[in-house]
Amino acid sequence: MSSSFLAINFAYVISAGMFILGLKMLSSPATARRGNLISALGMLLAIVVTLFSQGLDYKWIVLGIVIGGTIGLIAAYKVEMTSMPEMVALFNGFGGIASMLLSWGEYHQNPQMSVFIGIVASLSAFIGGVTFSGSMIAFGKLSEKIPSKAILFNGQHLINGTILVVALLATVFFASHAESLYWVFVLIVIIALVFGVTSVIPIGGADMPVVISLLNSYSGLAACAAGFVISNNILIVAGALVGASGIILTRIMCKAMNRSLANVLFSGFGAKIQAGGDGPQGEIKPASAEDVYYILEAADSVAFVPGYGLAVAQAQHVTRELGDLLEQNGTEVMYAIHPVAGRMPGHMNVLLAEANVPYDQLVEMDDINPRMDSVDVCVVIGANDVVNPAALTDKNSSIYGMPIIEVHRAKTVIVLKRSMSPGFAGIQNALFFMENTRMYFGDAKASIQALIAEFKGGN
Amino acid sequence: MDAVFLTFVFVLAIFLGFELISKVPSILHTPLMSGSNAISGITMIGAIASLRIENYGFAAFLGTLAVIFATINVVGGYAVTNRMLEMFKKKDEGGAK
Repeated sequence: MSSSFLAINFAYVISAGMFILGLKMLSSPATARRGNLISALGMLLAIVVTLFSQGLDYKWIVLGIVIGGTIGLIAAYKVEMTSMPEMVALFNGFGGIASMLLSWGEYHQNPQMSVFIGIVASLSAFIGGVTFSGSMIAFGKLSEKIPSKAILFNGQHLINGTILVVALLATVFFASHAESLYWVFVLIVIIALVFGVTSVIPIGGADMPVVISLLNSYSGLAACAAGFVISNNILIVAGALVGASGIILTRIMCKAMNRSLANVLFSGFGAKIQAGGDGPQGEIKPASAEDVYYILEAADSVAFVPGYGLAVAQAQHVTRELGDLLEQNGTEVMYAIHPVAGRMPGHMNVLLAEANVPYDQLVEMDDINPRMDSVDVCVVIGANDVVNPAALTDKNSSIYGMPIIEVHRAKTVIVLKRSMSPGFAGIQNALFFMENTRMYFGDAKASIQALIAEFKGGN
Repeated sequence: MDAVFLTFVFVLAIFLGFELISKVPSILHTPLMSGSNAISGITMIGAIASLRIENYGFAAFLGTLAVIFATINVVGGYAVTNRMLEMFKKKDEGGAK
């Protein structure tokens, strides 16, 4: 063991420590930014010491770093905050394919693999490939380049099941005689790319928070498996951290929808609009900008409840402006955020932070619900299923049991909505027909601008 | 034995990951995702190390491609996370007013 090899590996230990410290500092918004910098420095350290390894061909390395770095920087600084979910999906996919290519390259150079290395090499290629093509589909759905609703095809479970079995058999077969089975490795890569598509395409838009979290976890596990292939601890540790992170987020998202992971992945939820008109019926009470203004003007406390519609309408800045006006009027203002609101975990928090809403005004679901009775007005902006009281009361509802923000318990609810069309779950919302609900129809951004005009005119 | 040692490291890291991540508040879940994503770009280390002088042709092609993708992941991931975290402010830090 040469001394430079030892030095490099000690540096990796320090890097791993910095990743861990960085993640630990993400536990509070006050330290999070420094944590991210520490994590980035850890990465830089690992990269720099690796460059000191002997016998490297620098021309390809520099070429790769320059191209990748340029694309990464441009993407990171040009992306709109509302487009963050598709950005993360894209980056996830790139991480996956990098691990796949690394394993392939390793196998190409050293085809004499032991059974164990053969298995982890094909695992890394498989998980990496699924992460890549799955993320590309998720990216397409989130950016609406392909239809975001669940796309079902005949025999979907049978096909996906068969693919998995074939992949498993191919892995075992490959690992038994790795050096003479190059075609099997290529086959595994192809199967993985196909499986990523067939497994993500049946999942609908509003279930994307789960899918992105899961793909996040895969990208970590792929890096981890690649670490086994090249016997590198830092890849294993970093990959495992990311894998664990993705798994936890996946679990939180599933719990916030009261659905199992299997249900999210396989049920094609939201593909079929529930037939029949026996949903909640009743009289809806539309309100004009002036009506809403008088309600808000008289309120002591107002909670905004944003959903994906806020992101679509790009209404985060006007919402904050309205919130500021209310505060100047002596009203207590909060922003209540459901864990699965939007298209990825924490999506709404980022948008509101972008609009300069201080994070101490962002309230989690479990904190707002106990004191909902004392809230004067809830303003629901582009959210639907996450505020549907049927989740609490209607045992026949497809979202029964899902924890919701219980806006219906506030004294008055104002729902900003384009039309009466149902939400992602395809069910009509009983909230819209309740006694204390006023519907304020129109584009979220234009509606809020009208309210701001009322406030400014009134003062 | 090597396999056992690596698996040992893997198992410990998974448990550590669970402990760390469950402490992250939901308000920071998006930066957590993009930040952990950047960490998964650690593959870059392996990709760099695979580009050795004695490798050329297809192996060099695969390695270079891996470096490109992993670098996008690392650079883009950390930069976008930093951009997001920069926006999270407390009230007295000049947030709303």
